[in-house]
Parts: sequence; structure tokens; C-alpha cells
Amino acid sequence: MLDNKTYIQSFCTIQNNEIILDGASIFKLEPTTFLDFSKKAYQYFEINYSKFFKMDNLSKLAFLGAELLLENEINNTKENNIALVFANKSSSLDTDVKYQNSISDAENYFPSPAVFVYTLPNICLGEISIRHQLKSENSFFIFDAFNSAFMTNYAKVLLDSNKADKVLCGWVEYFDEEYKAFLYLVGREGNLEHKIETVLTEYNK
Amino acid sequence: MEALKQELKEKIIDILNLEDIKLEEINDNDPLFGDGLGLDSIDALELIVMLDKDYGIKLVDPKEGKTIFQSIETMAAYIKENRTK
Repeated sequence: MLDNKTYIQSFCTIQNNEIILDGASIFKLEPTTFLDFSKKAYQYFEINYSKFFKMDNLSKLAFLGAELLLENEINNTKENNIALVFANKSSSLDTDVKYQNSISDAENYFPSPAVFVYTLPNICLGEISIRHQLKSENSFFIFDAFNSAFMTNYAKVLLDSNKADKVLCGWVEYFDEEYKAFLYLVGREGNLEHKIETVLTEYNK
Repeated sequence: MEALKQELKEKIIDILNLEDIKLEEINDNDPLFGDGLGLDSIDALELIVMLDKDYGIKLVDPKEGKTIFQSIETMAAYIKENRTK
């Protein structure tokens, strides 16, 4: 079932105030907060989507990566069957802690609905799906560390079983200003073969 | 009343993260939902929390929000009438 070759068509890393697309640095700032970095990246790439500013940090991270990889992939005249397979280590803990802080004091108990809606990691997949009008398969997994073998096999199964035409895979880890996103688009055509070792090599760069 | 309206505009931009909307772009009678500021249902819940936190007003029936949150004008009038802090 997993004999068909698949290919990494494009990949993107976001960490340490820098965005690298297909191996080339395309945006970099001096050390700053993620709030500032993400806002400036949004402005630099001229993204016009005001809901971005309502997202939590994890969703902003995933959204920025997806924006760069899907920019030229989405065909507005047909349904785009691009599955989303994401994972991370800290789930939505960064936002969970913020929400917990808003309800921990009985004398000052004002839970924020806008924060609460992001207390699940897979909300970032919803944000990407809404933005690009995707009605495709999507899954979010939690691992101790980036699991290249699992991600590679899962994407191959989706493609080989025709559940998707392409798969956007992503590791999107965010907690307390520490972050790393590694997103890559997998399809049936391309030059860089989609293999466990290749994915791991690109992740570690 | 004018000061309260100004205060509400500032709070709405800040609390609802309306980064691309400037204070002077919000008119007192602009609809807050739909064609106006384009707020959504989560924003409505956030406004209910703001009424409680900043003005001591507890909305028992969230449906009341539909009339209260029509515009800055209606919000300010309701807060002026019902605030406890």
C-alpha cells in the first residue's frame, strides 16, 4: 500500500524570530517577543486577514507557516483536498495556562471566552481550514518530540488511499515564548522524495 | 456620556484585538455586528464579560446582548443606566 513515491514540494521553518522557506531565509528580526514577531511577519507578507490578531500564539504560528506553503496551492475554482496532519509536544498548554490564570482567583473570576476557545491544540487546524476553505481530513497528535516516522507514514497513507491530493504536515510547538514550526507540503509529484530520513534532516536544519 | 463612549471604543479595540481598526473609524451608531465592525459570537461573549468586570453589570439572559450591543450608543446608554462600578 505504501509503495507509491511521494514528494516534499515545499517546506518552511519558523523559529528564533526567523522564517525559512525551502532552505532560504525570507524574514528575520532581531530578538523580540513572538507577539511582535508574528505581527511584523503578518505585515511583511501583506496578509489581509484580521482574525489573525484574535488567534492564540499556537494558531498564529501554524497559520503563518500554512500561509506561506498554501499561498500558491489553493485553487479558488475547485475544492482543494489538502489534508492537514499536525503535531506538537505542549498541546495548547500556553493558552491553557493563560486561561487558568483568568479563573484561579475567586475574587477576580472573569474567564475569557476568547481565550477559552483556543484551549485545544487542533483549533489551529480549524483556523487554517477556514482561511483556505479546506473541508479535508485533519488530525493533531501530541508527541514527546517530532516523530518523523509517524508523520511520514500517516501522510503516505492519506495519499495512497486517495483520502487527500496533498498533505500539509506540521510540527507546531509553542510554550512560553519558546517556539518552533516545521511545516511541509507532501504530494505525488516533485523532486525531493518524501522519506523519514529526509523529513528528519530538514526538521533538524 | 461622550467620555464613556470613547472609553468603550478603546476597550473594544483592545479586548477584541481589532488591530486594523482605528478609534476614529468607529461611529457611535455603527452596528457592532454584521456589516459594522464585523464582530462574532465569541466577541459578544467577551463583551458580556467586560460589562461584568468593568461596570459590575451581570447579564442574566445573554439574549439581552442583542439590543444592548447594537452600537456604541446603545451600549453606553445601557451602562450609564445600570452600572454598579
